[in-house]
Amino acid sequence: MSTAALPNELARLLRVFASLRLTVVCLGFGMILIFLGTLAQVHLGIHNVQARYFQSLFVLWTPEGSRWHIPVLPGGYLLGAVLLVNLIAAHATRFEVSRKKIGIFLLHLGVILLLIGQLLTGLYARETQMRIDEGQTLGYAEAPREVELAVIDVSDPQYDQVVAIPEGALARGGTIQNPTLPFTINIKRYFPNARLTMRAQDPSAPPSLATMGFGANVVAAEIPRTVKDDERDLSSAFVELNGVEGSLGTWLVSNAIAEPQTVAVNGRSFALIMRQRRFYKQFALTLLHFAHDVYAGTEIPKNFSSRVRLVDFERGENREVLISMNDPLRYRGFTFYQSGFDNNDKTTILQVVKNPAMLLPYVACGLVGLGLLVQFSMHLFGFVRKQGR
Amino acid sequence: MKKSRPWILWLVLAGTIAFFLAPLGQRDRRDGFAMQKFGRLPVLLNGRIKPLDTVARNSLLIIHGKQSVALEKGALAPIDWLAEVLLKPSEANRRKIFVIRSPETLASIGRSDPTEKYFSFLDLTPRLQDIEQQADLAQKVEAQLRSPFQRDIIKLFERLTLFHRLENSIEVAGTKDFTGQIDDLVKNIRPNPVPMNSGISAEALQSLGFLAEVGYFFPIPPVPPHDDPLQWRKMGESLLQFLTAGNLHPAVKSWATLATAFAANDAETFNATVDSYAQWLQEHFPGRVRKAHVESVFNQLEPFYSALVIYVLIFILACASWLAWPQRLGRLAFWLLVVTFVVHSAGLITRMYLEGRPPVTNLYSSAVFIGWGAVLLGIFLERFFRNGIGAATAGAIGFLTLLIAHHLSMDGDTMEMMRAVLDTNGWLATHVVMVSLGYASTFLAGFLALIYIVRGAFTPSLDRETAKSLARMVYGIVCFATLFSFVGTILGGIWADQSWGRFWGWDPKENGAALIVLWNAIILHARWGGLVRQRGLMVMAVFGNVVTSWSWFGVNMLGIGLHSYGFMDSAFPWLIAFGISQVCFMIIGALPAGVWRSQFEGATVPRAVPAADPVEVG
Repeated sequence: MSTAALPNELARLLRVFASLRLTVVCLGFGMILIFLGTLAQVHLGIHNVQARYFQSLFVLWTPEGSRWHIPVLPGGYLLGAVLLVNLIAAHATRFEVSRKKIGIFLLHLGVILLLIGQLLTGLYARETQMRIDEGQTLGYAEAPREVELAVIDVSDPQYDQVVAIPEGALARGGTIQNPTLPFTINIKRYFPNARLTMRAQDPSAPPSLATMGFGANVVAAEIPRTVKDDERDLSSAFVELNGVEGSLGTWLVSNAIAEPQTVAVNGRSFALIMRQRRFYKQFALTLLHFAHDVYAGTEIPKNFSSRVRLVDFERGENREVLISMNDPLRYRGFTFYQSGFDNNDKTTILQVVKNPAMLLPYVACGLVGLGLLVQFSMHLFGFVRKQGR
Repeated sequence: MKKSRPWILWLVLAGTIAFFLAPLGQRDRRDGFAMQKFGRLPVLLNGRIKPLDTVARNSLLIIHGKQSVALEKGALAPIDWLAEVLLKPSEANRRKIFVIRSPETLASIGRSDPTEKYFSFLDLTPRLQDIEQQADLAQKVEAQLRSPFQRDIIKLFERLTLFHRLENSIEVAGTKDFTGQIDDLVKNIRPNPVPMNSGISAEALQSLGFLAEVGYFFPIPPVPPHDDPLQWRKMGESLLQFLTAGNLHPAVKSWATLATAFAANDAETFNATVDSYAQWLQEHFPGRVRKAHVESVFNQLEPFYSALVIYVLIFILACASWLAWPQRLGRLAFWLLVVTFVVHSAGLITRMYLEGRPPVTNLYSSAVFIGWGAVLLGIFLERFFRNGIGAATAGAIGFLTLLIAHHLSMDGDTMEMMRAVLDTNGWLATHVVMVSLGYASTFLAGFLALIYIVRGAFTPSLDRETAKSLARMVYGIVCFATLFSFVGTILGGIWADQSWGRFWGWDPKENGAALIVLWNAIILHARWGGLVRQRGLMVMAVFGNVVTSWSWFGVNMLGIGLHSYGFMDSAFPWLIAFGISQVCFMIIGALPAGVWRSQFEGATVPRAVPAADPVEVG
């Protein structure tokens, strides 16, 4: 494509977007962003930094005590997008396809794929976890940093009927009505993270909003969300259930408490429980054995592995699989990695990842490597030939 | 051109080779005792089977901070010292090997004379409780927040503990007649049908339990034909096993004889037992014995330390070649570089053989390997340009990286076992090697640029031709650096995808690698876009040193992330000093051309038109 065919203004704009100067500026900002984003991890934790620095259009700064959000740096998404435009524009205007440039062409194509892959990953990849005890069978994975309020109709001993309210709805507050429930749910307070103490230990605390369940004996105080990787928010909420005849009471629900609280309405019984958000699968895993090998005479871990049974009625699968470090199980678009363990080596923690863009980095890596190799070897051979003369 | 005299070259090369091999000539210093053979006996420690000599060196390094104990006349070799600790503690306890410098720590052991810095275990024994108490208090403080005294007292306590554990690895320290004790045990055991130990005193049982618990390493090999590292036993464990199972491991007897003979100064029995035990091991574990032998020779040669010395010499020779006899000195520097590189490589390969791993497994080996990679590229540069620059840079980087490695080795064994997720030779061989080569070439480009700046600004020796060849070198090496660091970083992403299910997690070490890729890409694009010319290229390349040192060490000091293997607070001031020095060089590099001592065309011509075609630049 030639720029001559375009009107003047447009051609100039294209030239700006195609310029090497813009490339250098973007890469420079990229370095600053990554450097500051690394330092910020010391205080903010890796998840916060990812959201604020790298998966954002701008890095926002909020001065102490104000509600302003001032953009101070371009974020990862913005820089990535500009670089992408820059690359494509450069190839559209400056580069002519020739044998001499084939390396650069391949390399840039790889970079484009890498950028797109990261964008898609940021948007569509989902990381969840499965904690399975030895002998236990699990058909769902949990989101480690997201909760849901499950209202479970346990009246029928044959099956449960679950209504799950996502964290977003809890945070919005208000009243929630669902056609399968004989009551509405009014979210009175929601704490993304809370400290729960027994009332007996803190007698001077103001009275609880809760009138039913264990909530009356517990003091819940809101605290900031955790920034540490190895800690979990204790998300808690006060919810009031309203039947046709008025309030049934207010409960405190929290993922700190595993025990469900039950309420009977119209002869049906319901369990209320705040838990990590669940994603059900069409198949189930049973942990047969978890192994934790160490080097002789040391505590240094050599390998972690989980022997599991995979059962999928839909596809007629029923087999044993060994998941170990650096050797995951891939099944139906999900990848199960050995991530951790707990409970005196009796519980395994598997990371479950679904990433539709998973293959892009592999292709990109090949293209970039090939491109650099071709380009620089041409350069090197030319140099050696010249030197040899 | 005068005909050069090759005999000088040959003489110097022969001298250097002799220097590298000289340590092999060392003889046993303890009269009549076959200490070298003793040092080759394999034992298990920290998951790895290694010669006793390695245990001696690393323990002495941790406890004493040096690899020998100075005596009034001469010095005690590590294995001589360890033999005393293991087999004759009455002597080892009197050696003044604990160095205490901090006045606060001295006060905590009740000493006030600051000139008295060396203490023996016996000197410190009466204060052990105080030291333990202070160390316990300090342990409660988070590692990063500890005061210098708290760190010092914890270290002292750890050194004392290590010494104590070593003393009780073969026999309970101070045992009079270990062979006799074991004979008693054997006598009192009635093997059939179930071993009974009714005749064994509670006291003896207790001391076996103590040995099993406190002993530092595992001297007793598996019962042949088993050869699983998991079946190596501590002395106490093997003896307790004997009480229940009823068959005494032959190695126990050998070690006991060694102990008794050594304590009685009976060199003849000691040497005969070393020989027969070595023979027995050779019959049943030939592979292990071979490795232990190779490792002890490797220890003795200290190839990296010798190479470090010669690299300095090469640097000086190459620099001198710019002032006088450029041909001869340059050639000498080149061939010395080749010889030293061979030694450096041999050391690297030996480590790979001993560990059964690719070259880079931890920070220490990364320093050795980065130096190696930079020297290799330096040799190529010297081969093509023949102007001393490749040799000087290789000498400087070889020296600095091996110096860093030397300091990193102070913490003990540099061949550690790889933690679970790292236990994969495929990725270590590709990702880690690539990224390390990326570091090496970025450093090389940075040091070449330093030569440009120093020679240009402070000497009149930088002429147009040299400047141009330096620019080509830097440009070419930056290309290499981009290739290695880019591909290496993406391979790291793929490894992460394989192990943790995500390609990129913004972990500090990943970010550090990305910074190197970005900076190299910026240098290339700025050059192609004509934003910088020769001098700008040099200034940018110097900043590559800062970026690389941040990625190599800086991110580990943040104490967060998946790759933060080892918090090194003591190295922090050095990193800052290095960064500041590089920025100073960048400022000098950016000074107006008139201020520079070297005046040449390339340094003064105005900015030229952008180079349109990347391939033509350089």
